[in-house]
Amino acid sequence: MADKINYKSVFFNPFSKNNPVIVQVLGICSVLAVTAQLEPAIVMGMSVIAVLAFSNVIISLLRNTIPTNIRIIVQLVVVAGLVVIVDQLLKAYTYDVSKQLSVFIGLIITNCILMGRLEAFAMANSPWPSFLDGIGNGIGYTIILVIVGFFRELLGSGTLLGYQIVPQWCYDHGYVNNGLMILPPMALIVVACIIWVHRLCNKDLQED
Amino acid sequence: MENLNLFIRSIFVDNMIFAYFLGMCSFLAVSKNVKTALGLGVAVTFMLVVTLPINYLLNTYVLSAGALTWLGPEYADVDLSFLSLIMFIAVIASMTQLVEMAVEKFSPSLYASLGIFLPLIAVNCAILGGSLFMQQREFSSIGTAICAGGGWGLGWLLAITAIAAIRERLATYSNIPKPLRGIGITFILTALMGIAFMSFLGIKL
Repeated sequence: MADKINYKSVFFNPFSKNNPVIVQVLGICSVLAVTAQLEPAIVMGMSVIAVLAFSNVIISLLRNTIPTNIRIIVQLVVVAGLVVIVDQLLKAYTYDVSKQLSVFIGLIITNCILMGRLEAFAMANSPWPSFLDGIGNGIGYTIILVIVGFFRELLGSGTLLGYQIVPQWCYDHGYVNNGLMILPPMALIVVACIIWVHRLCNKDLQED
Repeated sequence: MENLNLFIRSIFVDNMIFAYFLGMCSFLAVSKNVKTALGLGVAVTFMLVVTLPINYLLNTYVLSAGALTWLGPEYADVDLSFLSLIMFIAVIASMTQLVEMAVEKFSPSLYASLGIFLPLIAVNCAILGGSLFMQQREFSSIGTAICAGGGWGLGWLLAITAIAAIRERLATYSNIPKPLRGIGITFILTALMGIAFMSFLGIKL
């Protein structure tokens, strides 16, 4: 059935119905750690899209030559090579953001989204749909990252991308930033709320 | 004393799960019952204790700037630190394979109970995260690396066992709103436990 793949659903399913973060529960670590502000969240999302798309293509091209019992090591090496490239690019062009993301760029290697998609999709499909699958899942991941980053930065520091959003007169009348939102545990609560809303709309995803 | 302090801090204050959210995927996936959670926790602790010193040696004597001076003065300005990601993950992946084979040979019963989790550990972010933190914080000696590895591992073990115990009770005794069942409520639980663990902040020995 390899030639009957519906490209459209491969690309669009990960946005909501099969979202890597809130449905497949992959790659949670970075969602929680880098979303205290919007900017690192966006940079992280972009990096993951790039690494995911290209590693999917490479593994898909190699899929018939990789011996099954060392495939994990091969996959890790491919991913690690791509991540090193992204890491060096970020250090060269956006040094501040790269400092902020600290070890989490390196941790893209062990981001379960990558291994999950490589195992589940790229090992069984040809390069073009694998590329679409990579981009789609990367975007699905970025959507969640941006939503969480948006709420945490807005409520936690009253800014978006570093610009002041909550006007000064609010502070003058006693409005206080919610410091709790900056702390990592609140990211979990925000994700839990997203899951709640998402599953209310998609009844078939509910567990009993 | 320094190392003991680091060890205790790694368990409670710098807890891999509640402070850094590393190793979250297996934490969420394998925490449905206490027994398997405990098994995975032990395996992760063991891998952290083994890989952290190895990566420390690798980092100090091969990878960081000027580390190759022991080969001769002409190597003094070689900086291989851009290779560290690949080297660390290679060490972790091969150690996982090695440990898997050793456990299979010498303790088949342990292998049977850990079996499926051993290969999973290679992609557990907590292990690679430990090595990257080690590099970032410039640990002073190999003892420090072992203590930090042990502490982080035990902290992870503590976290996954605790959450598994809570989930076991929760599954039988509570009526959770339907959309939150399963993964949703686990997120909220982890968040609450994370806030609780923040009370350890600032502990010093």
